[in-house]
Amino acid sequence: MDWFWKFPAMNEDSFLLLKKTIDESFRGFTRGYGDAIESFFSPLQTFLIAVERLLIATPWPVIVLIVAALAWGASRSLKVVAGCAAALLFIGYFGMWEDTMKTISMIFVCTVLSIIIGLPTGILMSRSNGVRSVVNPLLDIMQTMPSFVYLIPVVMLLGIGRVPGVIAVVIYALPPMIRLTDLGIRMVDRDVLEAADAFGSSSWQKLKDVQLPLALPTIMAGINQTIMMALAMVVIASMIGVQGLGQPVLKAIANQYFTLGIFNGLAIVGIAIIFDRISQSFGLRLQKHREVAHG
Amino acid sequence: MASSSIEIRNLYKIFGSRGKDYVKAVADGMSKTELNAEHGHVLGLKDINITIPGGQITVIMGLSGSGKSTLIRHINRLIDPTSGEIIYDGADICRMSEEELRQFRRKRTAMVFQKFGLLPHRNVLQNAAYGLEIQGVAKGEREERARRWINRVGLEGFDAKYPNQLSGGMQQRVGLARALANDAEILLMDEAYSALDPLIRVDMQTVLLELQKELKKTVVFITHDLDEALRLGDKIAILRDGEIVQQGRAEDIVMNPANDYIESFVKEVNRGRAIRVGAVAQPLTGGEAGPSIDADHSVEDALKVMLSASADRLTVMGPDARPVGTVTRDQLLHIIVM
Repeated sequence: MDWFWKFPAMNEDSFLLLKKTIDESFRGFTRGYGDAIESFFSPLQTFLIAVERLLIATPWPVIVLIVAALAWGASRSLKVVAGCAAALLFIGYFGMWEDTMKTISMIFVCTVLSIIIGLPTGILMSRSNGVRSVVNPLLDIMQTMPSFVYLIPVVMLLGIGRVPGVIAVVIYALPPMIRLTDLGIRMVDRDVLEAADAFGSSSWQKLKDVQLPLALPTIMAGINQTIMMALAMVVIASMIGVQGLGQPVLKAIANQYFTLGIFNGLAIVGIAIIFDRISQSFGLRLQKHREVAHG
Repeated sequence: MASSSIEIRNLYKIFGSRGKDYVKAVADGMSKTELNAEHGHVLGLKDINITIPGGQITVIMGLSGSGKSTLIRHINRLIDPTSGEIIYDGADICRMSEEELRQFRRKRTAMVFQKFGLLPHRNVLQNAAYGLEIQGVAKGEREERARRWINRVGLEGFDAKYPNQLSGGMQQRVGLARALANDAEILLMDEAYSALDPLIRVDMQTVLLELQKELKKTVVFITHDLDEALRLGDKIAILRDGEIVQQGRAEDIVMNPANDYIESFVKEVNRGRAIRVGAVAQPLTGGEAGPSIDADHSVEDALKVMLSASADRLTVMGPDARPVGTVTRDQLLHIIVM
């Protein structure tokens, strides 16, 4: 009855062997293909550095003006414009301008990457229940797996730096983009789709003229979520060498610098609010005429 | 060519994964309930045979669940048939390839929907031009053609409005403009007016009848409303449980209902308005007598003319303004009260 009280686990030697085999084969893989993979991601590295340099090199009043213009374009509300500008000015006044630009550039690259990967994946998912049943569990894993766990292989493969940080952030921030694209397309009114069919639309015409435009508000909500989740990863990403607002926070944790921590934390909150308000009010404005009206 | 007819022959639709296997059983007399209970398949249409004459309005009438919406969707194959054929202009619609079907839908049919099916993110003009856009007509030309039809359906000045800024009746005018702008021979109207208020519905019926006088399209109109069917239909087919119970002119259905089911419908009909004098006129014996009336006027109109002219006999005039027959007051009164 021993097995009843104590779980008959795998014996320790074979477990050790298993771990060793997996570790060793992955290490072998890293040695064999690490360089190839690194060069595969090198365009991403170049892009990241270019965006970061551009943002840092741009004089601060220009950045404030651009953000204000974006806010106005998206929301047509002076309140939103004033709020966004004020947040940036505070950040600058407290000496966090450069770190903020670095963080914004990383968030920007991560968001662009998430859209490039997420939009087509979401479209494929919406068209086939087969694809959906494969992708959905993957997304569940991406969202629930603690990020430190997938940081290990990423760092083993690519070392420490911006690119592994971006990959970690994208893994975490991608799922809402995919899910909401899928959901948005699936929610498109069937009557409108039938009309598109009846007039002889090809499936590309249907996607471009009906499904994507009608799903756009939902897709915008996905982009908004992706940005928010990417910001939430800033501190974790800084642990593997991503520069920006995360690093002072990390330093503050290690040394118990309360003020440093809270200021940088507030700066992250500040840019989160800027991104959120701009993307949300844009989504809302898109929605103005979109609901299908009856009667 | 614009008046080519649509021939539907032995059309069956059985919903379910193995529909084809049960066509024979249904043809041999298995009922809708039996099919559903024993095999879990739903009978949509059973042995439909109908000629939809070109250049006329054919109304398919039935209550919900009768299969009328299923039937109209076979004509542009939004629903694939289980067996049977639909011949139009020498081609079987049921055998068209994807590409042929797409071209057929683009060029030769246009459809108006009960729930309008407008694109909510596009304004009236862009919606009306949608069919032409799908066909690949250049922007300038398609907007000009669309604008012409917007004006024809009475929406002048609403080009830049969005569908949710319009009332139901106006949205359906957009739907009609979109369909007419396509300039297709076949116009499919799926309960197009069922979602509208009664007054607006009558209004839209008038719009359709007036346009049809000039356009002479092959119109298939679905409705659950017998009054609407009688008013619009050059030909009427009544559908019940996926089968055609009776087809013919309005007068045939009102005066000679095929069975109790149709009779129960027809009982409530205002016969004075549904029956046209042309359909009941007696052959001319002797010369013309009394005032004249056009054959497509209703019995009620004829009685009004008789009353105001205090005549008890009218001469019925055919389309070329030649006398084709005669009606008497007693005969007309008989039609109304019997």
